[in-house]
Amino acid sequence: MHHLLRLFVQRLALGLLTLFVVSLVIFLSIELLPGDVAQQVLGQSATPENLAAFRRELGLDQPAHTRYLAWFGGFLQGDLGNSLISGLPIWDLISERLYNTFFLAGFAALISVPLAVLLGVVSALYRETLLDKSINVATLTAISVPEFFVGYILVWLFAVEFALFPSIANLSEDASLGDRIYRTFLPALTLTLIVTAHMMRMTRASLINLLALPYIEMAQLKGASQRRLIVIHALPNAIAPIVTVIAINLAYLIVGVVIVEVVFVYPGMGQLLVDSVAKRDFTVVQTACLLFAATYILFNLASDLISIASNPRLLHRK
Amino acid sequence: MTETQSPLLRVENLQIEGLSEDRWKTIVKGVDLTLGKGEVLGLIGESGAGKSTIGLGAMGYVRDGCRFSSGSVHFDGIELTGADRETRRNLRSTRIAYVAQSAAASFNPAFKLINQHTEFPVRRGVMSREDAQKDAIDLYRQLQLPNPEEIGFRYPHQVSGGQLQRAMTAMAMACRPDLIIFDEPTTALDVTTQIEVLSAIRNIVEEFGTSAIYITHDLAVVAQMADRIMVLRHGAEVESADTATMLNAPQQDYTKSLWAVRSFKAAAKPAVAEGQVPVVSLRNVTAQYPGMSKPVLNDVSIDFHAGRTVAVVGESGSGKSTTARSLMGLLPPVSGNMVLNGAALAPEFRKRSKAELQAVQMIYQMADTALNPKQRIRDIIGRPMTYYRGLKGKQLTEEIRALLRDIELEPDQFINRLPSELSGGQKQRIGIARALAASPRLVICDEVTSALDQLVAEGILRLLDKLQREHDLAYMFITHDISTVRAIADEVVVMQHGRIVEQGAKAQIFTPPHAPYTDLLLSSVPEMDPGWLDRVLAERVAQSA
Repeated sequence: MHHLLRLFVQRLALGLLTLFVVSLVIFLSIELLPGDVAQQVLGQSATPENLAAFRRELGLDQPAHTRYLAWFGGFLQGDLGNSLISGLPIWDLISERLYNTFFLAGFAALISVPLAVLLGVVSALYRETLLDKSINVATLTAISVPEFFVGYILVWLFAVEFALFPSIANLSEDASLGDRIYRTFLPALTLTLIVTAHMMRMTRASLINLLALPYIEMAQLKGASQRRLIVIHALPNAIAPIVTVIAINLAYLIVGVVIVEVVFVYPGMGQLLVDSVAKRDFTVVQTACLLFAATYILFNLASDLISIASNPRLLHRK
Repeated sequence: MTETQSPLLRVENLQIEGLSEDRWKTIVKGVDLTLGKGEVLGLIGESGAGKSTIGLGAMGYVRDGCRFSSGSVHFDGIELTGADRETRRNLRSTRIAYVAQSAAASFNPAFKLINQHTEFPVRRGVMSREDAQKDAIDLYRQLQLPNPEEIGFRYPHQVSGGQLQRAMTAMAMACRPDLIIFDEPTTALDVTTQIEVLSAIRNIVEEFGTSAIYITHDLAVVAQMADRIMVLRHGAEVESADTATMLNAPQQDYTKSLWAVRSFKAAAKPAVAEGQVPVVSLRNVTAQYPGMSKPVLNDVSIDFHAGRTVAVVGESGSGKSTTARSLMGLLPPVSGNMVLNGAALAPEFRKRSKAELQAVQMIYQMADTALNPKQRIRDIIGRPMTYYRGLKGKQLTEEIRALLRDIELEPDQFINRLPSELSGGQKQRIGIARALAASPRLVICDEVTSALDQLVAEGILRLLDKLQREHDLAYMFITHDISTVRAIADEVVVMQHGRIVEQGAKAQIFTPPHAPYTDLLLSSVPEMDPGWLDRVLAERVAQSA
């Protein structure tokens, strides 16, 4: 197990390094943005003295590297800092919304991942048939349409024509789980339509790639049925590429929900991000971006570890 | 007597078509064969003869892109080519089993050996899981696998190639089928391992009275295994007879030419003159991969003289190819040094001058993968000429054409072709031409004939010999095939575990007394005599007693 631990520590260290680089990129890009919070908040008529005093209060007069260290250092210790505009702790601003975003993404993932893998297996099993082609065309169509459009189509269909689900996914803080699922169903479905195609096609391609290998022919010559061939003999060997694509799509579900959240007026991170950019609340934007990056890195770390665990060559050495 | 009247397997006028470039082409052209209970039939022929296709066809199976077009396969009264999927599938494992060429590639990497072994006995209800596991262990023991109790619980990558091949034979035996198709089961193995697998297969087939079709391209191997031999060419039977008759009195010219193929021998060359400086020398080279605890090469010293061939022999993992990698500067030695024309040769290729790089060139085993499929022959050969020799324009074209004539390919026909438009032997000729295009002093030939049929391989050996005489080249000839060594070597280096076991002039190495490992290696090379395997095994038992 020693080498597995080393692999894990290696990946973790690489993840932290990536996070560091990303934090630099985020901080520097925000530094380069034109505009100034003090000016924005106090208005055009503010005197230079007032502006200076305001900047001092917020720590904006400090040199960039000091501010960076304070921010990133705080982030690593779990202190996300305060909003420039409202002065409230950022954690209080985003915790509810972060939870909402994860809830929506998780909901969409629960539908899309099993669906994508299942469709991938089915289309590999019935490859080059009408069924396979229909699945491909359907998922490709879904991915080719912009997500706001998919959102509106679903709203029209399920909220207007057949009033099955609400068109707006606004949540009260004490909503029950059932109510949450009911209200987030349409945004989750929108996201599902967006991410399924990629995962499904990767599943299909990975499986079909394996079918040409001698051990699959061997299984066939041992008398395995088509279904057994794909599910029992091929699928365990295709886990690594499939999981990699799933991780990318899960990360997209969390990071890429901005538009869908806006369409459904869903109180998630996306809306907060849009609002904060408009208000030039840079500390909130920075922190939200870094949280997204951390999520991305975490998912990739997890997919690496699952890939390693699915490979007997790495798991059981000679 | 009923057995002789109704054979286990009767194939009549079997025709199989394959789809190539959107057209159905016949690849098996009406083959008839019968196989009695307990009989072993050897199918022999060169690549493309349709051996495997016929073997698989006997199981009622054709690969993707192939189909049965005519004829029939009767297995114990069941006609297989027209049978539905279910019927054919239910015969597999229980009544007909298959042993593939590369066990390493044919075991599923995701599962333990014993779980793959017990999969079908359990699914078909032949035995319970516990019984199947016990039986697997018994079979492992019978096939003389080390640690039979434990070996099945390993994953394929944790077991050596020879052991995997025996485990696969055990797996084929799991349901005690009536017929096993062995498809080149020892081709991927070293000779010393091959001999163990051959005897294991033969014993267990005899023990259970299993009928078998044994497919191989190696005559000496089939002579040991088969009761009857059928020679195939281009998907049709050339002739068939019982083993002794076939070996001693083949009727057809093609069969005779196959039998006579090992006749080429390069002319003996005068001994190296006293004090002649070798083109390239390795002196006490020890090399190690970074992060490994033990060196892969240990104290290797070899001299390569102009116009002479040093054959480096040994089994896989013996350090033959690693020696070549060190010579090429891909794996710099940790101690010892390399010399080119009396001057030090930079250990790492990045630090070598153009002249140093030019002096040592390489020909690869798989011409298929060593040639860029997107480049035309003109560019493949022209590039080293331009890079090393600065040839351009008309002069370059002239040189390319001259070189193509040298390797016996008509320039007008070949100069603008892509590698995909060449046969295996022609590709290897282009591989040779690419090495020669640099005007090297030493050419490393890494198993250059191993992937080729015997007749084609012999052509390549003749060509290499001719080019050596014309250009005064030094060859390092890496091979595991002793008959190739006999044909072409001047000096022989025998390697094992990264060390040189024995080295010297060819005559000296091949005349007893040998070093013990050389002896093992030489005695493991199959001979055409059908009694060879019994004799060698008996000798080994006597020696160890």
